[in-house]
Amino acid sequence: MLLDYETLKFVWWLLVGILLIGFAITDGMDMGVGTLLPFIGQTDSERRVVINSVAPHWDGNQVWLITAGGAIFAAWPAVYAAAFSGFYLAMLLVLAGLFFRPVGFDYRSKLEDPQWRNAWDWGLFAGGTIPALVFGIAFGNLLQGVPFHLDQFLKPHYDAWFIWALLGLLNPFALLAGLISVAMLSTHGAAWLQLRADDIIAERAKKAILFLGPLVTVAFALAGLWLYFGIDGYRIVSQPPHDALPNPLGKEVVRDAAAWFQNYADYPVALLAPLLGLAGPLLVVALSQMNRPALAYTMNALSMAGIIATAGISMFPFIMPSSSVPNSSLTIWDAPSSHLTLTIMFWAVVIFLPIVLAYTVWAYSAMWGKITIEDIEKRNHEVY
Amino acid sequence: MIDDTFVELSRWQFASVAMYHFLFVPLTLGLSWILVIMETVYVMTGKEIYRDMTKFWGKLFAINFALGVTTGLTMEFQFGTNWAYYSHYVGDVFGAPLAIEGLMAFFLESTFVGLMILGWDKLSKRQHLAVTFMTALGTNLSALWILVANAWMQNPVGAEFSAETMRMEMTNFWDVVFNPVAQVKFIHTVAAGYVTASAFVLGISAWYILKGRDLAFAKRSFAVAAGFGLAASLSVIVLGDESGYELGDVQKMKLAVIEAEWHTQPAPANFNVIAFPDQEKRENWFELQVPWALGLIATRSVTEQVAGINELVEHNEKRVRSGMIAYDNLVKLRAGDKSEAVKTAFEEHKKDLGYGLLLKRYVENPADATEEQIAQATWYSVPYVPYLFWSFRIMVAIGFYFLAMFVASFYLLANGTLEKNPWLLKAAVWSIPLPWVAVELGWFVAEYGRQPWAIGEVLPTFLATSALTVSDLIFSLIAYFIFYSVLLVIEMYLMFKFARLGPSALHTGRYYHERGGSGRSTAPGLQPAE
Repeated sequence: MLLDYETLKFVWWLLVGILLIGFAITDGMDMGVGTLLPFIGQTDSERRVVINSVAPHWDGNQVWLITAGGAIFAAWPAVYAAAFSGFYLAMLLVLAGLFFRPVGFDYRSKLEDPQWRNAWDWGLFAGGTIPALVFGIAFGNLLQGVPFHLDQFLKPHYDAWFIWALLGLLNPFALLAGLISVAMLSTHGAAWLQLRADDIIAERAKKAILFLGPLVTVAFALAGLWLYFGIDGYRIVSQPPHDALPNPLGKEVVRDAAAWFQNYADYPVALLAPLLGLAGPLLVVALSQMNRPALAYTMNALSMAGIIATAGISMFPFIMPSSSVPNSSLTIWDAPSSHLTLTIMFWAVVIFLPIVLAYTVWAYSAMWGKITIEDIEKRNHEVY
Repeated sequence: MIDDTFVELSRWQFASVAMYHFLFVPLTLGLSWILVIMETVYVMTGKEIYRDMTKFWGKLFAINFALGVTTGLTMEFQFGTNWAYYSHYVGDVFGAPLAIEGLMAFFLESTFVGLMILGWDKLSKRQHLAVTFMTALGTNLSALWILVANAWMQNPVGAEFSAETMRMEMTNFWDVVFNPVAQVKFIHTVAAGYVTASAFVLGISAWYILKGRDLAFAKRSFAVAAGFGLAASLSVIVLGDESGYELGDVQKMKLAVIEAEWHTQPAPANFNVIAFPDQEKRENWFELQVPWALGLIATRSVTEQVAGINELVEHNEKRVRSGMIAYDNLVKLRAGDKSEAVKTAFEEHKKDLGYGLLLKRYVENPADATEEQIAQATWYSVPYVPYLFWSFRIMVAIGFYFLAMFVASFYLLANGTLEKNPWLLKAAVWSIPLPWVAVELGWFVAEYGRQPWAIGEVLPTFLATSALTVSDLIFSLIAYFIFYSVLLVIEMYLMFKFARLGPSALHTGRYYHERGGSGRSTAPGLQPAE
């Protein structure tokens, strides 16, 4: 074991962050394209251009989401247990949205009927928008704390039930976070379309970015102010040593108005994350207007990384603070797996992620090229 | 106390979404290799018809694959949403193979499947074949890791309970990976998938031959399916037998229940071909036996005994009593009592903690259990015998049926008398659904036979749930039911439509429906074999 337990616990916080950012850049793009689909494509051929710009890759991209989920299960089982069961109906909603995508992509163009196709287009819209919205809402709730506690045998109990648990998640701050999520992924989808789609679609995508980019910046700034003035963070008063065996009931936590900003005061370099989140989307707009879609796309990947990192850094070392019993909160020190499991999973990621990235790059380059209406109509039966 | 309705609903939900998911998995596992075989022939010989075969069966593959992905998403969520205590209790061990499955297998299959379906014009012949191969490899690797995870639920090796963290923790990763149950299960399961896909291609091709349509295309497809199916059905049976041997070693209760063996028989034990087990009276009221067979299958010897249910229960009672001591000391440890006596007592009995937890179904604190409750918990460790006994036998019968079917297909094909024997072709068409019956029963035997445990002898199923309510479960069951029914109707509609259309779906202009319905395919070099 090359890495000590404390270091590995921290490394796994970074790795989960990287997987989530990877998800936003890849599958988030497909979700953004799904959100834009019914609006940016007017005719059937135009919509097929939009769909085929991501068609060969969306399934591989979705694995970032699946792997992030699997990694949370393996590295932070307590978080996987508390979050997935606590957000029960919200998770069901995410699944219902995700259901529309595999079948939507594959079945839509298998029949000619316009109603069939139009229905699946809205299915793909739902499949892109609902998960994006719920993931944002989930982060919005994590920042406020979630009403759950652990019993003496560490079983998580959510302190609201059934539909009221879901309604409790839909508070104004969380909805704002949901808006940020949908807007930043839509910007990403639009940048992709500007890069890959036929001119008529690319032009519309450029217009969409002109509206969406500033929306991300404004909403993100607003959320920051709201967090600063209106939402208490959480602070650890005492806890076992960082390298101790994980015991989520062994610490004392209090609510503290300034807690979510403390890390920026301690480590000013961390301010880079929110700065990227604020300025990034505006730079995306500028690059898009200058007809540099590849750079706009890259810039948006960076600003999304900034936004996601901002949420993570603000809460650090908390992962899932508890609003009803703060001492039950889950942190990166007391929610992880054993030293051995973290070590094995670390090596699994170090070995396989570069391989995945290599063949993913190959897959994109093999399918590269502008997707044109002419091409779609000519290769009618070879494309989605 | 444990709410039985809630536990039942949680179990029903997991069982239904898992079995529904497995409607799509076996076809993916097998058809992906059939595509590799067809495309390899195309790349080696350059014959267009093999390209058409790869593309057409690839279309059916894609229709099926879409629902496999859809329903697979549910499975990843299911542990956390509905089995939160399970996730906490064993995530340290069980989560690892799942995460590795994502990194090593899902990425591979999912990145390449899109190129396989949509990359025909963009990739060179060899590149495309490589892509198809990677897709097949990815789907099969994912089966490997999920079966490593599942095998650990059956036979939890390489891990130990920790009182400090209140969960199972991994002690040896390689023991988990090379779990003997995982090895046999993996090959048995993928081979069952290969049989499923072979029966699928065989049956649909037989239908074209019966209709006299696209004969060159249909016969070649039939041949690939017959050959692949023959090899696969042999491995499924051999590895099924190997599983039986493993069971005799590590899951004795499951084996005794499958065989309805209430009492340990003198070695070598007889095998019940037919029996009518009575759970109440703990005996069978009719038995048709083959002498020695069970002893030979389960122990591969004539001298070793196969433990019967009653004897296993007796043994389990001791473990329940020992588990009560383990639980009592665990509670003291959790309350902060660090005395040596408590630690020693816990260490000594902790291997039976799971049996102590079984009592939680009857009493809040297992240490306070009465004699009656101990008896109840002990008998609760026996699954319901008739279900397992019959599911297992139907599965095995279907396995042998397909071995016969593929042998006959192969023989008649080689001998050139396939069309003179329409009975076989008709049987092939009507047998298409049978492999699904067998694989679903196989999973039922594996999972229901593991009850009452979520993790064998470690964590009872009724304790593994989330802290949700009956309303949550009713709501989600209804939602899954609606979504899954609609999706199944759509999938079956498309599958039937494209299967009926046949290779004409490729719009090459060479096949039946595009040629005004004339039977013989006449593209250059595509004359039927006869």
